[in-house]
Amino acid sequence: MSNNNQLLPQMATVIEIVNETANIKTFRIRLNDKAAMNSLTFKPGQVGQLSLFGIGESTFVINSSPTRMEYLQFSILKVGEVTQKLHQLKVGDQIGVRAPLGNAFPCEKMKGKDILFIGGGIGMAPLRTLLVYMLDNRDDYGKITLLYGGRSPGDMAFQEDLHEWTSRKDMETVLTIDNPFEGWDFEVGLIPNILLDMAPSPENCVAVTCGPPIMIKFTINALKKLSFPDEAILTTLERRMKCGVGLCGRCNIGEKYVCVDGPVFTWAELKLLPSEL
Amino acid sequence: MNNIFILRKDIDPWIKRMAEERTVFAPVHEGDAVVYRACDSGLRVELDTMPTTSPKEIVFPQNETLLTYTRGSGNEDGSVGVETTETLPSGKAVIFGTRPCGARGLLIFDQVYNNERIRDAYYAARRENTLTITIACNRPRPTCFCNSVGGAPDDSKGSDIMLYPLDDGFVAEALTSGGEELLALAPSSPAGEKAVKAKAKAGQAIETMGSPMDLSEVRKKFDLCFTDLAFWEKHSGKCLSCGICTYLCPTCYCFNITDEGSEEKGKRLRSWDNCMSFNFTAEASGHNPRSAKAMRLRNRIGHKFVYYPELHEDRLACCGCGRCITACPSSVDIRNIVKAVQEYSHE
Ligand SMILES: Cc1cc2nc3c(=O)[nH]c(=O)nc-3n(C[C@H](O)[C@H](O)[C@H](O)COP(=O)(O)OP(=O)(O)OC[C@H]3O[C@@H](n4cnc5c(N)ncnc54)[C@H](O)[C@@H]3O)c2cc1C
Ligand code: SF4
Ligand code: SF4
Ligand code: FES
Repeated sequence: MSNNNQLLPQMATVIEIVNETANIKTFRIRLNDKAAMNSLTFKPGQVGQLSLFGIGESTFVINSSPTRMEYLQFSILKVGEVTQKLHQLKVGDQIGVRAPLGNAFPCEKMKGKDILFIGGGIGMAPLRTLLVYMLDNRDDYGKITLLYGGRSPGDMAFQEDLHEWTSRKDMETVLTIDNPFEGWDFEVGLIPNILLDMAPSPENCVAVTCGPPIMIKFTINALKKLSFPDEAILTTLERRMKCGVGLCGRCNIGEKYVCVDGPVFTWAELKLLPSEL
Repeated sequence: MNNIFILRKDIDPWIKRMAEERTVFAPVHEGDAVVYRACDSGLRVELDTMPTTSPKEIVFPQNETLLTYTRGSGNEDGSVGVETTETLPSGKAVIFGTRPCGARGLLIFDQVYNNERIRDAYYAARRENTLTITIACNRPRPTCFCNSVGGAPDDSKGSDIMLYPLDDGFVAEALTSGGEELLALAPSSPAGEKAVKAKAKAGQAIETMGSPMDLSEVRKKFDLCFTDLAFWEKHSGKCLSCGICTYLCPTCYCFNITDEGSEEKGKRLRSWDNCMSFNFTAEASGHNPRSAKAMRLRNRIGHKFVYYPELHEDRLACCGCGRCITACPSSVDIRNIVKAVQEYSHE
């Protein structure tokens, strides 16, 4: 961070808003301080605290890629007080940002491997940053596969990206919804079941999954059935957060703080933590 | 370092002199409680009772402003901006009359708030400008267990000056250069043989305490009993989740961040929070990883006796002051819980 007071946000301007679904909007923002924006760096998987003054702060993953620094992108599901207010923002509005915070995906260690992305709902956000990063460094990675599911076609965020990804020859994209829907030409079924049908090989492959807790749980079960080793399964965790810097004591699982040691964990790491998810 | 003797009646002029340069926080009676207040004389200061509240509030106040904000200040391009102003504390302070456990509590805070990993600007601004004057405990209370967690009634760790009580005054010893400067302001005489007598008295106080608890198995056993929810339900059954234990605890450092004011103008506050409350970890989705009070009590014990030591070279995050025991409206006794963990066996 540019200043040495980690609790002090920098001011930023909303430069573009995309309506993704009925309750997800994507916000593209730039720091007002041009020099700070130019020197900003982050790694895929890191998060930011967005604040609306008089309302509060909330945590969101930076889902743009560090290979494209024209703006920082956040996609936000409307669930409560802060997210409701965020959804009312207009282009040009001001917002406070503390970023980047937390750990990141081990992009270097993943070089040379096949990568399998499995995302559900808003859980696609942390996968997007890594996927775009890898597509921008395409030669560094092996086969790239994306399995993305939503409840219905209307719940699929990142339409712009999906267009691109489904037409790309250097990756495979599988989309699924929970129940049949008129005009839907892709898969129908729950993510873990589709995953078992796809039966990807665990050989030299890393699986990255994020979504609602119940989906993560069954997806990991499916990956285990497919013989993925614990170390080759990555996920991002969610915990209620405030400070984002390991002080306020809220987001711990045992001695690990999701805001500092996470949000990215391997399944091998998670298995060692106290069962308090 | 030289020992000097300060008569009880000279505490007043000493505090007056220190207060010329620093804010002196000392224990005074307020209702039934003894609390730290800014004092510019020593007249009301209580030196013989352990304060009800802990000295943490002097470096980590119950509420503090992190920043102020105003909307409407123009941006360069003419659009409406929001201006934020950092509100760092300034000024020097003295904590007068804490007990050794309180001084230890501040050391436990330092590990988290001001270390190689992170320097909390607000905490550091206060802490680095605060000196600590500690009174050794000649009469530990029945709820005191500092001797089980690495402390002692005459422990000088974390103090700039130690005061060893005698009937008519205190033998004083400066332990740091800051302490020496403060001690030079006190009307005093050489301590002579009083020094040996006062220190011996303080040193003997530990013999009036219960024998130290054996905590050697706590970390190992905590892993075993973690998923035994019945165990934690038994020990948290009486708990009301009121949070008094956390607010009075010298080492509980969790906080919340909230905004006060309108969207046009206001301030962002940091306030003590309470891990024993349901809302502490409740997520927007409705999910709560510590939904039951058994899980929350487990986390409080775990944090102090397992997680913190894991991160901070085996040091415990409990100073054994016993405040949580004396203040709990339901008589929850942390010693019993820790002891039960130590003695935990499968079935
Ligand atoms: C590492 C991480 C990454 C996240 N990434 C995204 C993302 O990319 N997109 C997205 O839509 N959501 C994301 N979330 C969830 C998002 O933070 C919550 O939905 C949001 O904080 C809810 O705030 P609210 O004020 O609308 O809800 P309220 O229920 O009104 O919450 C009040 C306050 O509680 C806290 N809070 C409540 N739930 C959560 C939670 N699940 N996680 C953290 N803090 C919480 C916040 O401080 C919030 O301000 C992420 C959470 C984490 C921990
Ligand atoms: S003071 Fe007692 S009742 Fe209140 S939260 Fe602590 S243990 Fe529970
Ligand atoms: S847990 Fe209880 S005994 Fe230990 S430091 Fe806190 S208040 Fe004192
Ligand atoms: S959010 Fe404060 S410790 Fe993690």
